[in-house]
Amino acid sequence: MALFLVNVLDGFVTGLLLFMLCSGLTLIFSMMGVLNFAHASFYMLGAYFAYQISLVTGFWIGLLVAPLIVGLIGALIERYGLRRVHKYGHVPELIFTFGLALLIEETIQFFWGKSQLPFSEPAALDFAAFAIAGNAFPAYKVFMIAVAMGIFLTLLYILTKTRIGMTIQAALSYPETVQNLGHNVPLVFMCVFGVGTAMAGLAGVIAGPVLGVFPGMALQLGSIVFVTIVIGGLGSLWGALVASLIIGWLQTFATAYDVTAEQVLTAIGFTKPEMIWDHPLQDLWTLTLPQLGPILPYLLMVIVLVLRPQGLMGNRES
Amino acid sequence: MNKFNLMMATALAAGLVAGAAAAQEKVRIAFIDPLSGPFATTGTQGLAIYRHSVKELVNEPGALLDGNAEFEMVPFDNKISAKESLIQLQVAMDQGIRVIAQGASSGVANALTEAVAKHNRRNPDDPVIFLNHSAVDPALTNDKCQFWHFRFDANADIKMDALTDDIAANPDIKKVYVIGQDYSFGKAVAAAAQRFLQEKRPDIEIVGNELHPIGKVKDFTPYARKIVGSGADAVITGNWGGDMVGLGKAVMGAGFDKPIYTYYGATSGITAAFGEEGDGIVKLVGAGQVNPAPTLEAQEFIEAFYVSFPDLDFGQPQMANVAPMLAAAINEVGNATDIKAIAYALEGMEYDSIVTGKTLMRESDHQTIQTVTVQGQTPEAAFDYDNSGRGMVAETVVELASNDSATTCEMKRP
Repeated sequence: MALFLVNVLDGFVTGLLLFMLCSGLTLIFSMMGVLNFAHASFYMLGAYFAYQISLVTGFWIGLLVAPLIVGLIGALIERYGLRRVHKYGHVPELIFTFGLALLIEETIQFFWGKSQLPFSEPAALDFAAFAIAGNAFPAYKVFMIAVAMGIFLTLLYILTKTRIGMTIQAALSYPETVQNLGHNVPLVFMCVFGVGTAMAGLAGVIAGPVLGVFPGMALQLGSIVFVTIVIGGLGSLWGALVASLIIGWLQTFATAYDVTAEQVLTAIGFTKPEMIWDHPLQDLWTLTLPQLGPILPYLLMVIVLVLRPQGLMGNRES
Repeated sequence: MNKFNLMMATALAAGLVAGAAAAQEKVRIAFIDPLSGPFATTGTQGLAIYRHSVKELVNEPGALLDGNAEFEMVPFDNKISAKESLIQLQVAMDQGIRVIAQGASSGVANALTEAVAKHNRRNPDDPVIFLNHSAVDPALTNDKCQFWHFRFDANADIKMDALTDDIAANPDIKKVYVIGQDYSFGKAVAAAAQRFLQEKRPDIEIVGNELHPIGKVKDFTPYARKIVGSGADAVITGNWGGDMVGLGKAVMGAGFDKPIYTYYGATSGITAAFGEEGDGIVKLVGAGQVNPAPTLEAQEFIEAFYVSFPDLDFGQPQMANVAPMLAAAINEVGNATDIKAIAYALEGMEYDSIVTGKTLMRESDHQTIQTVTVQGQTPEAAFDYDNSGRGMVAETVVELASNDSATTCEMKRP
C-alpha cells in the first residue's frame, strides 16, 4: 500500500512534467494547424540555458531567465521563420520545424559537447521532503508539482477569464473575423508561440536536474509528447492535462509491478509449455509488464484514435 | 668567403643526413571508433590515450625497432555502426594499414573480427591483425575467438569475477539487485552475476533481476522504488551512457545509500553528474587503476596525460598497454611487416605494465589477463574525472584476475 502511494506520487510528477511540455504544444497546434516538431528541442534549450546561467548565478535566476530567453527565441522564430513559410502551406511548415529540431540539436552539441552536464537541483531543495516506508520523496519533486500546478491554473485563468485569453481563443478559431474586429492576429500568434516555447523551456529547466541534461534529451521525449496531445485531443488544455497524467501513471505503474505474461496466461487457463526455451511462443510467455511499459502509451493512442478520433477532450471534428 | 661557403655546404649536408635519419619507418595503426555522434566522447578519449601511450611509451624512448621505427595513429570515425566500421576497415587496408584497433561496442567488434578473419583467409600472405582494446563481450574470446583477434581489456566475465569477489568479502551484503539494459551485454552481465554469486556466496539472495529497454527510459524513478522496496544491500548494473546516469541518479535520489556496482559508472560526464551524492556509493570494476597510481612511472605517465589533454580523462588504463605490447612483439620479430609472426609473438606474451601490473596475453584465447580492480568514487582522488574534483580509487585489487578461467575457444592457427 505504501509503495502504491509512492508510485501514485511519482506518476503524478511524471505526468505534470509531460503536461508542461504538452500544454504549449497543443496551443501552438490549434494556432498553426501543424505539429511543431521542434517543441522538445525548446525543452532541451531551456535545460542547457539554465545550466549555463546557473554556473554564474545559481539555480533560481536560471529558472527565471532561461525560459524567457527560450520564449524570445521562439517568438523570433515564429516572426521571421514560420510566418514566412506559413503561406506555402502545412507541409513546408512541418519540414521547417523538423529542420529546426535538427539544427537546435547540432548547435547544442557544438557549444556544450556530447556528454552529460552536471546540472543538479539547488541545495535549498536537496533533501527528502518526506519518506513513505523508506522511500524518500525529494523536496525537489514537491517543487516540480507546485510549479506545474501553478502553470496550469495560470494558463486556465488567462485563457478563460481574461480579455486576452478570449482574444486568443477567438483568434485560434476565427482569425479573419478577429482581424476584421481590429485585433493584431499575427502578434497574438507570435505571443502564443513565444509563451508555448517558454513553457517548454521551463519544463526543461525543471526536468534537467532529474532526467539529466544531454543532447538526446529532446529525442527521448519527442514522440511521447505528440502521443499525449493526440490522446488528450489536439488543442485542448484539459485534454493535455488528463492525457499527461494518464500516461504518467501508466508508465510508472507498468514499471513498478512485475506482472508476467506467465501469471496472466496461467490465470486465464493456459498451461505453460514444459520446454519453454524451445517453444515458438517463448517470447510471449516470458514477457513482463515493465518490458511492455514503454509501448502502452502508443497502444492507448491507437485505441483512442479508433474509438474517439478527436481525442479524449477534443471537440473538433477536423 | 670560400671558407664560409664550404662551412654552409657541410652544415647543409649534415642537416640532410640528420633529416634522413629522422625519416624513420612509420608503423601505422588504424583507430576505428566513434569520433562523432552521441558516443564521440568514448572514441575521443580512447584516441587520446593511444596517442599519449604511443608518444610516451614507444616513440620518445625509441622503443620500436631500436628507434628506427615509430607508431602513427590514423583515426577512422565509425559512428559506432558496424556497417560503417567495415567500410572504414576497407579504407584502412587500402591505405596499406595492417594493424586495426577498435573497442567501443562489442557489436562492432564482432563484425570486425569476422571481417578480419575472412580477409586473412582469402589473403594468407597479407594478413591484418585486430587489437580490441575495450569490447568486453565474452564471446569474442570464447565461441567466436579467432587467431587474429587480441583483447586487451578484461572481458565482462572477468570483471564480474572481481566484482563478486568484492561483494563476497562484504558480510553486510545479503540481498543483491541486478538491473541492466535489454540487449546481449545486459543479459551477459546478469547471467554472470547470477553464476558467480551462486558460486561464491550461495546465501546471497538475488532480489531483483531485470532488464529495461535500452536508451528509452525517461525516468528511472519506478525502477529505483522497486530497488529500494526490495531491501537490496547492493545493486549490480552494466548500464552505460545516459542509462547509467538516469539509473544512478534515480536510485540515489530514492534514498538508496548502499553500493551500486557498475561497469561504466564513471568519466564521460557521469562522475560530474553524480557529484557528491555518488561518493562512497558508486563502484566501478575495470582493468588496472588510476588512483592511486600503481607505479611511479604510471604517476608521471598519467600526469603527462592530463597536461596534454586537460579536458579528457585517463579513463581506460588498459588501452595504454596496446602500443607497448605491440612494439614488444614487433621487436621480437625484428620487422613490422610480418604480421603473422607479430601475432605469434603477441600470443603468450608476458608484459610488466605500468598501469595493469603483471599482464599476460593468454595463448589459448587471446584474452589479456591483468590486474582488475574494484574502484569507489571519492573526492580524495589524485586524478579526477570530468574535472569534477572527484575520481575513482581502487578498493579491491585482484592481480592476474581470472587467470585460470575456462574458455570454449578452439583456436585455429595459420
